Amino acid sequence: MSYPIKRLLVFPLVMLGVSVFVFIAIRLVPGDAITAMLGTESGLLTPAQRDALSAYFGLDQNWFIQFWRWFAGVLQGNFGISTTYGKPVMTIIWQHFPLTLELAILSMLIALSIGIPAGIYAAAHKDRPSDLILRIVAMFGQSTPSFVVGLLLIYLLSVGFGVLPEMGTFVPITEDPLANLAQMILPAITLGTAFAAAVIRMSRSTMLDILQEDYVRTARSKGMSRRRVIWRHALPNALIPVITLSGVEFGYLLGGAVLVEQIFALPGLGRTVLDAILQRDYALVQGSVLFIAFNFMIVNLLVDLAYAALDPRIRFETK
Amino acid sequence: MTALLKDIARHPSGRIGLITFAVFLIAAVMGKTGFTPYDPLMQDRIARLQGPSAAHWFGTDLFGRDVFSRLMDGIGQSFIISFFSVGIASLLGAVLGLTAAWFAGLWDGAVMRFMDVLLAFPAILLALLIITIFGPGTWTSVLAIAIVYTPIFTRVVRGPALSLRRRDFVDAARTFGSSRRYIMTRHLALNLVAPLTVQVTLALAWALVTEAGLSFLGLGTQPPNASLGLMLSDARNLMELAPWLLWMPAVALMLAVLSFNLLGDALRDILDPKTRRRLA
Repeated sequence: MSYPIKRLLVFPLVMLGVSVFVFIAIRLVPGDAITAMLGTESGLLTPAQRDALSAYFGLDQNWFIQFWRWFAGVLQGNFGISTTYGKPVMTIIWQHFPLTLELAILSMLIALSIGIPAGIYAAAHKDRPSDLILRIVAMFGQSTPSFVVGLLLIYLLSVGFGVLPEMGTFVPITEDPLANLAQMILPAITLGTAFAAAVIRMSRSTMLDILQEDYVRTARSKGMSRRRVIWRHALPNALIPVITLSGVEFGYLLGGAVLVEQIFALPGLGRTVLDAILQRDYALVQGSVLFIAFNFMIVNLLVDLAYAALDPRIRFETK
Repeated sequence: MTALLKDIARHPSGRIGLITFAVFLIAAVMGKTGFTPYDPLMQDRIARLQGPSAAHWFGTDLFGRDVFSRLMDGIGQSFIISFFSVGIASLLGAVLGLTAAWFAGLWDGAVMRFMDVLLAFPAILLALLIITIFGPGTWTSVLAIAIVYTPIFTRVVRGPALSLRRRDFVDAARTFGSSRRYIMTRHLALNLVAPLTVQVTLALAWALVTEAGLSFLGLGTQPPNASLGLMLSDARNLMELAPWLLWMPAVALMLAVLSFNLLGDALRDILDPKTRRRLA
């Protein structure tokens, strides 16, 4: 059986595992959803009212029945109703996901547009000062946690230019693209920094490996210029691991960057899940974690397929 | 072991990583054993928010506590959490990976699918979920980070273990009548040390970042105890007034992570037979 097909068969099994795991985990959190939803007012509930609320959210049943009800709903595309928002879980996820998606795309664009040229430049100038500087910068970039980058960016902006990042109400890109971009650019740079550093390191090291290959030497000995060999022969192959790396990283970013969203006060998926966990909003935690895990696995599957499709050596081996 | 240290010291980035790590380790040990210039918890209402000076090298915070002392304490805290969590994760991962590769079949399937489930979560979310179950604190952080990184170690061990299992020297050992346990601990485990060592240093870097992130969200180390993440979180609202509160923990965290990344790079070069041949 070929590898991608095997992965496809395992996929539903893992999703079921994720559902069960989250379902049990969130129910182990001390406290109950009704109290978390109403706060101090929950003390005013009569036992009858509390029972009615429990019954409304289906919390009066045992775990097995709760899971079965929820899971049967999920299979029909119904993720239940959030106790904190009083709205269907899917509606809430789709409210917050576009921001997370936009942020992930922007950071990836930043990372690739800086990382690939810089990595190739460094490889082409191996052991010269420019290579050394790029390597040091990349090493530092990779070693600085993104939330620290975010804090330092905010500090440098406020001290250097006397401006603070726009942290008012979030403006969706569909309403005002420019205002949206103004809000998104700093978080995107923040997340893009470590990402770019990883891309630089990856493209540099694969490029160096490839430049030692026989076919590169052959192309050079045919009289092809070094520049043309790098761009025409080496680059397409050097990009394959970079694509894998970016795919995996992109998958992570789709899960929401909890810390960076927190620092820049962005209502993305990461903060939604964080709030939902703290509020014991069972349906919302279950639904959004399942959503995130689903995206993550889909992206990884696509990366694997792209990897096989892009590298002729792998493609021919499997045939 | 000493030969490995010598190799690292000869490797250009390994040397820098080793020195930085040594400095941080000394600071961490001194911070946790009380050899700090000031008591990290002692408040001094008169000396609040003072910039770096001869008396307070890295300045003081909002409560007049000495930032340098708190940094040493915080680094100690971060190191304890990182070392314990990575220790547990690598041990657990090694056992699971080895047994999965050796017994194959149902056990292998069960272990690896469960690891797939854990890997399908973004790391920080999984850690958050675990912490909300058990409540924030030092040992919960250790547990959370350990669970997050166990699947990675399991995979790192299982892959090479699978290919090693089919190698001749394992068959040879079995024909000599060596027991399964002996082969597993003696032959396989030793051959897996190289990939594990590299992964351990990289995981330590990640654990430091995760610990700081959890503390930053208020779910790790609890005040008034010091931790790098908490110090960064405190610095957020004071960064214009007292920038040293931001810079000191930020740079410390960055350098600590950097030292592990450099060590990881050096170890990969030294332990990977492919690159070693190229270096030779």
